[in-house]
Amino acid sequence: MDAIILQILNGLDKGSAYALIALGLTLIFGTLGVVNFAHGALFMIGAFCAVTVQRLLTLSFETVDPEKTDFLGQPLKVKTPYIESWFGPEVGTAIIDWAVPLAILLTIPVMLAIGYVMERGLIKHFYKRPHADQILVTFGLAIVLQEIVKYYFGANPIQTPAPDALTGVAQLMPGVVYPIWRIVYFCFAVLIIGGVFAFLQFTTFGMVVRAGMADRETVGLLGINIDKRFTIMFGIAAAVAGLAGVMYGPINAPNYHMGMDFLVLSFVVVVVGGMGSLPGAVLAGFLLGILESFASTTWATTTIPGINQIIIYLVAIIILLTRPRGLMGRKGVME
Amino acid sequence: MGILEIKDVSKRFGGLKALTDVNLSVKENTCHAIIGPNGAGKSTLLNCLVGKLIPDTGSVMFDGQSVLGRAPFEINQMGISRVFQTPEIFGELTVMENMLIPIFAQRDGAFRLHAIESVGRESEVIQRAEAMLEEMNMADKKHMNSASLSRGDKRRLEIAMCLSQRPRLLLLDEPTAGMARADTNNTIDLLRQIKEERDITIAIIEHDMHVVFSLADRITVLAQGTPLVEDEPQNIRGNPKVREAYLGESA
Amino acid sequence: MFGLDRKDTALLAIVALLTLLAPFILNPFPAGSAMAQFNAGYPDLMQRFVIFGIFAIGFNILFGLTGYLSFGHAAFLGVGSYAAVWMFKLLSMNILPAIFLAVVIAGLFALVIGYVSLRRSGIYFSILTLAFAQMSYALAYSVLTPVTNGETGLQLTLDDPRILGSSATADGSIPVTSLFGFEMRSATELALGPWTFTFSVGYYVCAVAMILAFYMAIRIFRSPFGMMLRAIKSNQTRMNYTGLNARPYTLAAFVISGMYAGLAGGLLAAMDPLAGAERMQWTASGEVVLMTILGGAGTLIGPVLGAGFIKYFENIFSKINDNILHGWFAFMPDGLEDAVVFLLHPFIGKGWHLTLGILFMLVVIFLPGGLVEGGQRIWAWVTGKNRRSAKKRATTTEPAE
Repeated sequence: MDAIILQILNGLDKGSAYALIALGLTLIFGTLGVVNFAHGALFMIGAFCAVTVQRLLTLSFETVDPEKTDFLGQPLKVKTPYIESWFGPEVGTAIIDWAVPLAILLTIPVMLAIGYVMERGLIKHFYKRPHADQILVTFGLAIVLQEIVKYYFGANPIQTPAPDALTGVAQLMPGVVYPIWRIVYFCFAVLIIGGVFAFLQFTTFGMVVRAGMADRETVGLLGINIDKRFTIMFGIAAAVAGLAGVMYGPINAPNYHMGMDFLVLSFVVVVVGGMGSLPGAVLAGFLLGILESFASTTWATTTIPGINQIIIYLVAIIILLTRPRGLMGRKGVME
Repeated sequence: MGILEIKDVSKRFGGLKALTDVNLSVKENTCHAIIGPNGAGKSTLLNCLVGKLIPDTGSVMFDGQSVLGRAPFEINQMGISRVFQTPEIFGELTVMENMLIPIFAQRDGAFRLHAIESVGRESEVIQRAEAMLEEMNMADKKHMNSASLSRGDKRRLEIAMCLSQRPRLLLLDEPTAGMARADTNNTIDLLRQIKEERDITIAIIEHDMHVVFSLADRITVLAQGTPLVEDEPQNIRGNPKVREAYLGESA
Repeated sequence: MFGLDRKDTALLAIVALLTLLAPFILNPFPAGSAMAQFNAGYPDLMQRFVIFGIFAIGFNILFGLTGYLSFGHAAFLGVGSYAAVWMFKLLSMNILPAIFLAVVIAGLFALVIGYVSLRRSGIYFSILTLAFAQMSYALAYSVLTPVTNGETGLQLTLDDPRILGSSATADGSIPVTSLFGFEMRSATELALGPWTFTFSVGYYVCAVAMILAFYMAIRIFRSPFGMMLRAIKSNQTRMNYTGLNARPYTLAAFVISGMYAGLAGGLLAAMDPLAGAERMQWTASGEVVLMTILGGAGTLIGPVLGAGFIKYFENIFSKINDNILHGWFAFMPDGLEDAVVFLLHPFIGKGWHLTLGILFMLVVIFLPGGLVEGGQRIWAWVTGKNRRSAKKRATTTEPAE
């Protein structure tokens, strides 16, 4: 029993990331009808926002400490981050320690801006083009974004540790220990998902967007400037992906190709959930995360060797063949 | 015994009864029109004939064989061709290629891997296609991209494609919908010519009374999913039941 | 000739000529000159041009004609490579049985995957093929290690049986791949003044394979079958109501393009007898998509151009470094020179993928027909036909709604 709970918990963090990316993908697809292959790159950029903030906070100046010497007998050079000298060592260290959560503050405006520019500058011109063209141009964009990040940050993963207070494990139940940051990530994901749904459900803006998702032309005929709202939705979707990325840093050190790795899986998630269905995307995200976690247990891998590697694809294939429109897909979307 | 026999066909969509006990017989080498106000179930009936929908009850027999449960391509291979409300042609292909495809389909069946066959200018297929285009007065347009044809020409091409398969039954779904008067008259002339020159049965679903009375040998009036009357055109014209169905109770 | 009309025969002749003379054409600069780095006429690179050309030609038969965008085609290439290497291990070092098996196995694999994937269309089809390819990749890496040798990749060893050949050569090394005694690696060099041209057996084997593959593609494009495939892309409804069953047509196209990929994989293994799982990864599938689109999907010559273009610039761009740039821009004032080099730096060397990504986006945005469309536009501009033809197009499209 404990083992089962543990596996479910283990699936939640990856599932959360899947769900968040898939949610963003579906928002873009549902509102704009665009298949965005660059969405994984947005996730990756989010993660690199954390790296950037961490670097900014640890910008240091060098001083020479005359009393200590290094192993060569030279006077020891000490690096002191500006933050520490401004706020005092204690506050400064604490701020640096909390770099990842603080990065959220940077991520939101950055991602909204990137999303806005992307939609106005590129995606807008592809609404009337075939889906294949949309896939291809966003695929190209993903390569470009990925290579730019690689150019500035290098090819190796960069550690972005969680704050000390949130590292370590928690005893959730007798026999069930679980890393605290993963709990944080899960709660964070639930919060964002809840936020997006509440936004769509309870605000007039959201209502118009939902109406637009159901029938874009009619809403347009009502004299509402649906395009502007859709641009904002693109920004929001980008922000959701970015937030998913920024908080994922402590779980997996960000590297330039993490976006592509997640994108492939997230597309599978979206398709399993049903193209255009927001609850479907979230549900499938968690479901596949948990399934993946179960498939990684020793029991599963000894029973069916390699099952952990292929479970998601296998489920996707089965679901697509038995339920052509995914778990909660609507009729007539992308066919 | 007609070539097309529809017996006790019913179809519901959830709570909506689209068709109720439809009985209809289309005689060979006649033009049978099915008319009725909007929502009478004309399109549903048509979709049941071509394999797009399967009725809940009843049977549809074409030339003694059931068409129910067969895929559209199988039904076509039995000898039924369909003309759509908005012309369905291969827009990215040339007019000539549009003509060749149905001829190949009739020659080779539903699938054949003729991957390295080269079609010479002298081949029978090409000649058939050219003859058909000649007959339709479209020979001068054969190298045009079919998407750039006018609406009337697209319709003409679609009919040509169907006829080139030498079908025994031609189904027409509002062939003049959305057409200008001149195009409509051209289409009527074309269909009349087809009817006179070929051994072909035509079933036509139509809104436009002008079209129906210019072509049909027999008319079935459908109202609320069930046949109201079936008779010859001159008897339909003054029938009070038909007027009521079209104009509603208030008339 | 060969059942082709005059235009296609001319196209085939040009392609054949260019391919066979590639060792000259791709080596325009004398060895040792400053421009020699732009030479591509060495066997290794030329082999990659034609092999990926074959891969892209095959992909284009599926994507270009039917419009089904497969994101998992590299799986067939990988399977072909594995099959060929196994043939080298078990049977003999002759490349013919190896390539034959590669094509057959890839075709069977494509039959299975295509049968399932083609039940869906649009993005669902893309995702299904992607899922299958990623599954194959993951399995090749892990569970199938006995067959694929996992991360290390499948290689020849001295204790392979090779029942029709020998396990080891007389001097105790692993034998090399050959075609009836002609070793793939053997090459003759021809020195003409400052120029050196290399003719390798391996390249000519690949070149002949590509010419045959190209010829087959022309036949398929012009056949009734090819027309049916374009009809599927154009209007599936009309297709069905014309008495044609679209599924076997798309499946046949899928299998044929899978066999092309298998041929490419087999040739890769024949040139260099090893096979690794990374050949099946989705990035490899993405690459063939890039090649086809960049060249011009749905055109005959486009995929070949695209493959050559990408492989050439991949090779050349990644070799350019800052020193070379400084050499080029030495004529500029120092400050400007540094600035230009600084600006270009991200796009060269390791930054080649960035250049490729930007290029690809530009092509998709401005030239949906790829390089072929670009060439046509330039041709029309040069010959001054553009205005007339544009006018003509405008008048012919006007009557349409």
